[in-house]
Amino acid sequence: MSKSLPILGASDAGLAPVPAPRAPMSNGIQADTPTVPLAALDQLWFQVAGTVCNLRCSHCFISCSPENHSFWFLTREEVREALDESVGIGVKEYYFTGGEPFMNREMLGILEDTLALGPATVLTNATLIPERAARELARIADGSPYTLELRVSLDGTTAEMNDALRGTGSFERAMAGLGRLVRVGFLPIITTMQSWDDAETPEVLGAFRQALAAIGYDRPRLKILPPLLIGAEAERSRGYERTERVTPEMMVDYDEDLLLCARARLVTKKGVWACPILLDYESARLGGTLAEATAPAPLAEQACFTCYVSGAICSNSSGMTRDFS
Amino acid sequence: VNDVRGDELPTHGRIAVFGGVYSNHLALDAAIADASSRGVDAMYCLGDLGAFGPNPDKVFPLLRAHSIPVVRGNYDDSIARGLDDCQCGYTDPRDNHYARLSYQYTFTHTAPENRAWLADFPETIRFRLGELDVLACHGSPRQTNEFLWESGTPTHFLSKLASDAEVDLILGTHTGIHWQRRWEGGAYVNVGALGRPANDGRTEVWYALLEAQGRELSVDFVPIAYDHEALAEEMRSEELPEEFVETILTGWWTTCLEILPGKERARGKF
Repeated sequence: MSKSLPILGASDAGLAPVPAPRAPMSNGIQADTPTVPLAALDQLWFQVAGTVCNLRCSHCFISCSPENHSFWFLTREEVREALDESVGIGVKEYYFTGGEPFMNREMLGILEDTLALGPATVLTNATLIPERAARELARIADGSPYTLELRVSLDGTTAEMNDALRGTGSFERAMAGLGRLVRVGFLPIITTMQSWDDAETPEVLGAFRQALAAIGYDRPRLKILPPLLIGAEAERSRGYERTERVTPEMMVDYDEDLLLCARARLVTKKGVWACPILLDYESARLGGTLAEATAPAPLAEQACFTCYVSGAICSNSSGMTRDFS
Repeated sequence: VNDVRGDELPTHGRIAVFGGVYSNHLALDAAIADASSRGVDAMYCLGDLGAFGPNPDKVFPLLRAHSIPVVRGNYDDSIARGLDDCQCGYTDPRDNHYARLSYQYTFTHTAPENRAWLADFPETIRFRLGELDVLACHGSPRQTNEFLWESGTPTHFLSKLASDAEVDLILGTHTGIHWQRRWEGGAYVNVGALGRPANDGRTEVWYALLEAQGRELSVDFVPIAYDHEALAEEMRSEELPEEFVETILTGWWTTCLEILPGKERARGKF
């Protein structure tokens, strides 16, 4: 990790727009805040669209919207430099998030660069995938030995249920985008935030399968996420209770591999973060470069509690769920 | 853990390497016969003797009779230590349901002396093939239950695993689908599995035949046709899930699909 990574956006005066008003950043690190060492940098995440999104979902944990410009887009060149560095580090997989990654005009080129090196996953709302983009994505995916996963957020099985969280018209547009992806050969991973009681899960999953079958997706891959009580979601439902935080006692005999920050870092326009969820928290910014960001991650925020309880919720699946060496 | 270096390591010219057996004693028997007929000078097994199939105790005498060294798989580790589950790493409730069924069956049908034998398997085995230094493991050199899929594993990542382990060649299984990758000065071979077909619509199962002359490596994946209908009958008489039997009879995986990356998943039927 000798090469540094010039991805700091602070000096990009020509690119960075005026930030929207934001909640103040917190740095909740206390003397007894538990920290998690980076076991290996397996997952390299990119905040490729910054906080810019075409939707304004009421449960978004980083409050992304068309107006939230606090983190701006990464350029293809910036991503390419991080990719170059990742080869020497031995990164296993790449993830792209935002905001909405397809708001980034260079996204297809970025994916082409990435898939030359390894598998890539894009977290998208699928509302910005016209026919031509779907075909282009399929061409890029078919041309690589590695998998391109498209992880599509959908928060309901009907327009009524989904749009209550994601905004009017978003269900129809997401289903249209999904249909296009399925028709060109993708098997998108549908992610949905659990907004129902556990007992209703089988029924909800059944309804998802039915709704997706109706657009031709007959073997859907479904992933349920727990709500994160920060950002817009904290205002929609509730914030964390005072007791809901990770304490040093809780880390005794705990398998740290369950936490994303044991194996991942997030590249943003403003430096490298420990976690894709904690964008608004200064405690999660570990350095300006990947080389600087190998320091242990502090579990200073209450959202860390959700990850502690539910496991590395942001990964596609749990290839590294247990350490029994 | 076998961690001897240098000249003390056993050296081979041509070997057969078997992946997960999953209690498929008929396929193991056929694979041993096939490998023997090809004049190999050693056979290795990369672990997960139990799971999925019937009568787990039938596998052990075959391995002992042919003195086949075995690497400890996650299943072997669980059964040996009497853990609650197979450490397969599934998160989907349906996958876990089937994993639990087969784990409970395998645990209760593995004799205590065989469980004790599983506990003695090393996590990795090192040897030489021609002039190549080889590390045999179950999932990856760094973690027994790590999945290394062809479409999910960058070459630079494999090369780092090999250089961290100070070997030229890594052999693994765990995913159940055979594949290989070469790079300048190194190689990774997933030897596949004998326990169930490779999700390719064929009823054969696969093992890897490896040969090295000097540092020149050749790898052949060998399909093994065996009496899969007899295995299916035996599974039914043991009241194992019909979903498992279907896989043996059709060559398509019906369960535990969640962990497949998109490309591998798309090639299957379900």
